[in-house]
Amino acid sequence: MSIVSAIRVSGVVKRFGSTAVLTGIDLDVPRGAVTCLLGPSGSGKSTLLRCIAFLEEATDGIIEIDGEPLGFGLDPDGVRMRLPDASLRKVRSKIGMVFQQFNLWPHMTALGNVAEALVTVRGLGRVEASEKAMAQLEKVGLAQRATHYPSELSGGQQQRVAIARALALEPKIMLFDEPTSSLDPELTGEVLNVMRSLAETGMTMLVVTHEIGFAASVASKIVFLDHGKLLVEGAPAEVFGKPRHPRIDQFLDTYLDRGAAGLL
Amino acid sequence: MSWELFWLLVEASGLTILYSAVSIVVGFFVSAAVCAGVLSSNRPISAAARLFVSFFRGTPLLIQLLLIYYLLPQIGLNVPSAVAAVLGLSLCTAAYQAEILRGGFQSVPRGLIEAADMCGLSAFATFRRIRLPIAVRLTLPALTSEAIMILKSSSLISVVGVVELTTMAKDLASSTYQPLPIFAAAGFVYLVINLVVAGFGQLAERAARRGHA
Repeated sequence: MSIVSAIRVSGVVKRFGSTAVLTGIDLDVPRGAVTCLLGPSGSGKSTLLRCIAFLEEATDGIIEIDGEPLGFGLDPDGVRMRLPDASLRKVRSKIGMVFQQFNLWPHMTALGNVAEALVTVRGLGRVEASEKAMAQLEKVGLAQRATHYPSELSGGQQQRVAIARALALEPKIMLFDEPTSSLDPELTGEVLNVMRSLAETGMTMLVVTHEIGFAASVASKIVFLDHGKLLVEGAPAEVFGKPRHPRIDQFLDTYLDRGAAGLL
Repeated sequence: MSWELFWLLVEASGLTILYSAVSIVVGFFVSAAVCAGVLSSNRPISAAARLFVSFFRGTPLLIQLLLIYYLLPQIGLNVPSAVAAVLGLSLCTAAYQAEILRGGFQSVPRGLIEAADMCGLSAFATFRRIRLPIAVRLTLPALTSEAIMILKSSSLISVVGVVELTTMAKDLASSTYQPLPIFAAAGFVYLVINLVVAGFGQLAERAARRGHA
């Protein structure tokens, strides 16, 4: 490939004790597009995303962000080695992360959450940071909620603030770990809409989700994990269209049962 | 009991409040550092912090004050009464506050720290801006109780020569032969001070609740 992938995962293995959660994953996440990670519970998709965020350390393998190794690299002899923290911080700063549980800091307002790292990490002044944070909140439609604390916001609003917080740091890549899984169905839509408009701006996104409809309509690449292995990858039409892998048939059945047939 | 006597008690309570307040605040900053030490993955630091907690929690405040006042001059450090009093009170409360905070720190959801990691906050910034404020909010009731305990324990600083509320009451009781009204009045003054502290504690809890689901 002539263009460097946004994320390149090579031979990533993750074991917790004697349990292998990821058994050798190779994956390229293309730039400027949405890639969705699908798979049943326990397939390792969240673990893979957390390894890419370096919230978990992969037991083996190399993860490159924008062509630069994250956390672990290869020494001249090709032996895997831990990279210095400064390099980890630098490479990680290209990534923004959105969590299933939102993880907003409860003692700060929506604006405070978004402005925090602009002040403490980027060293902006309070005023400038607030202006930038406000602009991000406006983008997710929550400027009027700026002075509210997380406990005063709905789940959907909290997740939109969390997206604004990640975007404020101008990441090149956004990771989403089941961003709508802890939301009521009515609130899921508002978060997916924000993600859709983010995708339209050309942001590189890697999304772990159970929202098949979102994946089918927004993603340019679907990656299906099962039992810690990459089972199928390709454009939605290839992955979901017929003939399809029997394992995916089985997986989709559980959704079609719930009346999601029209989405595909 | 005359108003003059009561006024002397109120004046002495000023020292009780002053010494306690300074010690609680100094003790809080020491406790945050001690707590960070206890929770540190660095073994010598963690061991030293735990030793600190064991000593200052496991020995009587009275002994600590006497040790500071009489032992330090032996090694050439002359400490005035006021310094010995603040030092003793703040180190003692630091040990208790550190243990209270430790419970708070361990209840901070991991996801909040992961979010700080992903936003690029350094370990120190995460401690100062995320973990400590949340730990304090989670432990406000216990911290308020500790402040009240220190206000009452501060009567012990009389052993290093500070004439605070209890000592003043004792002196007045023996010079006026009216122990009952004087000690009752002293108890009343303590009660009023501690009600105010408890009130502030509740206000702080209410303010924190807004920022806490």
